[in-house]
Amino acid sequence: MSLTTNERTIILAMWDKIATESEEIGRETLDRLLTVFPQAKTYFPHFDMNSRSAQLRAHGAKVMSAIGDAAKNIDNVSGALARLSEMHAYILRVDPVNFKLLSHCLLVTLATHFPADFTAEAHEAWDKFMSLVSSVLTEKYR
Amino acid sequence: MVHLTAEEKALVTGLWGKVKVDEFGGEALGRLLVVYPWTQRFFDSFGDLSSADAVMGNPKVKAHGAKVLQSMGDGIKNLDNLKGTFSKLSELHCDKLHVDPENFRLLGNVLVCVLARHFGKDFTPAAQAAFQKVVVGVANALAAKYH
Repeated sequence: MSLTTNERTIILAMWDKIATESEEIGRETLDRLLTVFPQAKTYFPHFDMNSRSAQLRAHGAKVMSAIGDAAKNIDNVSGALARLSEMHAYILRVDPVNFKLLSHCLLVTLATHFPADFTAEAHEAWDKFMSLVSSVLTEKYR
Repeated sequence: MVHLTAEEKALVTGLWGKVKVDEFGGEALGRLLVVYPWTQRFFDSFGDLSSADAVMGNPKVKAHGAKVLQSMGDGIKNLDNLKGTFSKLSELHCDKLHVDPENFRLLGNVLVCVLARHFGKDFTPAAQAAFQKVVVGVANALAAKYH
């Protein structure tokens, strides 16, 4: 799967907007994931509900930073996320279905924050981009 | 069976009251066809679907999207009996339209994105959770008569 020139342009334009509030976007994406799909909480047993917001913000920032790396190296997402790919395969071992759930929650978050920019074309580009990121992160699973 | 708490039902009916069914329906169906182009396989007779702009502006897409969302509205009024509400439509989608039920799940998630886009901050994580239960319930009800 590879992104068209138009899709890459759209992704980078959206990333410029995301970058100005990436921690909040990351926090909200994770908050949505854990609220809407509570089974995802099984991967965060160490999260304490009282300081949930701070933990979500910290972890969300990490997730968005990685997505940003992928966007900025869109010609070589495999290379950009190589370390994370290994981490997910050998240490984190997050079941692949969860990548779809997280991706969906990111799209929902983008829709709420950037209603005018989240056009049908942007929706398609980001859905495809996150699908690519997800497949890179699971490519060493077996 | 879909199990919504009283709070979730309130969130759903509250937001649904502000939904412009025809407009959001056209947008949801259009986005389905743009984001997942293989879904266009069911709409050969709809004319020009050659670009995102063509799809989103296509009058048949808008009209059909409106119909689909009106139907979803019927579901929201009958959350305790989704299987009954969608029984005939389920048979239609299986026997006449031959639609893979996976498409109902795709459309459900696209609809959630459309609601998010229009409601912004009001589409809280709790509201999203409630609507995800609804769209899953509707998708399952539409698949219930498949054989």
